[in-house]
Amino acid sequence: MDFALTDEHRMVQHMVKGFAQKEVTPIIKEYDRKQAMAPFVLPRMGELGILGICLPVRYGGQGMDYIALGLACEELEAVDSTLRVVMSVHVGLNSLALLQWGTEEQKEQFLVPQSRGEKIACFGLTEPGAGSDVAAMDSTARLSGDKYIINGEKMWISLATMADHALIVARTNPDAPDPHDGLSAFMVELDQPGVSCGDIHGKLGVRAGSTGWLSFQDVEIPRQNLIGEEGEGFKIAMSCLDNGRYTVAAGATGLIRASLEASIKYAGERRAFGREIGKFQLVQQKIAHMVKSYEAAQLLYLRAGWMKNQGVRNTRETSLAKWFATDASFDAASEAIQIHGAYGYSDEYDVERYLRNAKGAILYEGTSEIHQLMQAGFALGYRDDVPLRCELPAFNVDAWRNE
Amino acid sequence: MKIIVCVKQVPDTAAKVVVENGQVTWGDAPLVINPWDEYAVETALLQQEAHGGDVTVISVGGEEAKEALKHALAMGCGNAIQVSEPALANADSLVTSQVLAAAIQKIGDVDMVFFGRQAIDGDVGVTAAQTARVLGWPAYTLVSAISELDPGNGSIRVERSVEEGRQVVEGKLPSVVSVVKDIGEPRYPSFMGIRKASRAEIPIWSVADLGTEVSDPVVTWPEITNPPKQEVLTEIVSGDSSQEIAETLAGKILEEKVL
Repeated sequence: MDFALTDEHRMVQHMVKGFAQKEVTPIIKEYDRKQAMAPFVLPRMGELGILGICLPVRYGGQGMDYIALGLACEELEAVDSTLRVVMSVHVGLNSLALLQWGTEEQKEQFLVPQSRGEKIACFGLTEPGAGSDVAAMDSTARLSGDKYIINGEKMWISLATMADHALIVARTNPDAPDPHDGLSAFMVELDQPGVSCGDIHGKLGVRAGSTGWLSFQDVEIPRQNLIGEEGEGFKIAMSCLDNGRYTVAAGATGLIRASLEASIKYAGERRAFGREIGKFQLVQQKIAHMVKSYEAAQLLYLRAGWMKNQGVRNTRETSLAKWFATDASFDAASEAIQIHGAYGYSDEYDVERYLRNAKGAILYEGTSEIHQLMQAGFALGYRDDVPLRCELPAFNVDAWRNE
Repeated sequence: MKIIVCVKQVPDTAAKVVVENGQVTWGDAPLVINPWDEYAVETALLQQEAHGGDVTVISVGGEEAKEALKHALAMGCGNAIQVSEPALANADSLVTSQVLAAAIQKIGDVDMVFFGRQAIDGDVGVTAAQTARVLGWPAYTLVSAISELDPGNGSIRVERSVEEGRQVVEGKLPSVVSVVKDIGEPRYPSFMGIRKASRAEIPIWSVADLGTEVSDPVVTWPEITNPPKQEVLTEIVSGDSSQEIAETLAGKILEEKVL
């Protein structure tokens, strides 16, 4: 067993941290207040290769492994959650699904420009009336000749107004005995006639990011945009979540670290009753809890990343990492505010933004309640992972780096 | 053009550097490439991109120096050399300069050598000038812009940021240049560079390989102490009007003999 990161991993951390701290830290408060995404963020992340970090070079990516993806997410969310959200939807939920399920033609058409950051990708599963209950979705896809006709609405979609491509799930067979088996997945180019989109404002957190809705009205897409086979949509969506949740877990770990670092700094500066507040045991207790959460969350996501590298199914481990890290990030941010006192309650300090951002990740990509049901299901033997027709490819350094 | 960049691995700027038992320590804080040296690497790469040739990065140090070298490789430098020798553990800047100059001479046919303005650990800031002196080359220190460079003609024109303003200096190659922040923001390592750097086998040269020996340092540090702790008292000045607050504040400033 080797807990050490490689030189390559450390250089990735340093590089992504440099970008986030130098370019985003100075402007994040302004854009969070404006509830707008800084316009340079997506092009810059594309230009630096971050949007294709763990995709093979032959598909336009940078040839790094899944651990590097996690480390990048940790560094990005240590500055702001919106940066990591980009990775969750563009890489985790969409590009990795193409790597896992896509045909060579689909990879050429969609994955290559996404890995290069030339096209931005999002993921459409949630609907106004269907969240955790995925099979209750209303969106439909009807085959007509060599085209599918898509109708429906997707809600709470990160990058909805920024994306060029969406991986969506819609019902192709309303008569399937099990409604899960009636769903299929598609890649949709969002400049098609009949597609409309908008941003949602007034969110509690992730305000410097783009969260919106997508509407499809008789949108015609080529038959070859079907991802996987008809009826595989639910399985594909769940496999996407195995990757998206991994990025959320790693990001939430970064948020815990940010809360911890802010708390340590403030506890060393602020004085009360004649000494720095870090000397008080109740403040120390809060810091100690953050240290515990950070290190445990990091070990959990790195284990999941290692399993992805090995090509081992990691639904349970990724779910555990996501549940633990997101809940812990909310607690850490809340305690960071407590340490900062009244100052923490204002946006003069970052910790109030950490708390607002942390809450979102407890809801999306599986609420904490869903993850508890999953963990209990695995433990009690009620749930087991059935092998998929297409598994996420194991990281293979030679294959990943061949031109 | 054959270009050399000299870099150093130092504690991260966020590290808390203290003296314990007469020794400087930064605990388990991470080590990084000296931030000023990133500007030097950037400048070297820009000259290579404009005029062709290759960039070699050199660092004097133990195993930890490899990380600074790999960072420079990931930014785009073509080659790296580590100069390592246990006897250099207590080297002062002059000894370091002699070793660097010997390495530069061993490489041979070098046109330019770049340094950051200083290393953030020792903050001595004279290694570039001393290396130039040992080599017998001109030193252009605190350079904020290279306005003209003609490798064919062997000429260079730089702007120096000095306390009084900017100074334009013209001279000949080969030369040693130390750069300041205004020279331009360093690029991030690219992922392709990271992949290359992680695979790189960095040659290690001993002082014997350089055909020289380690001289005794001229400067030693017989005693290092922490700065005295400063007790800071904070007092909020209040009053019914800004006039009253300002008068109270002015009174306190005069009372404390700040002015």
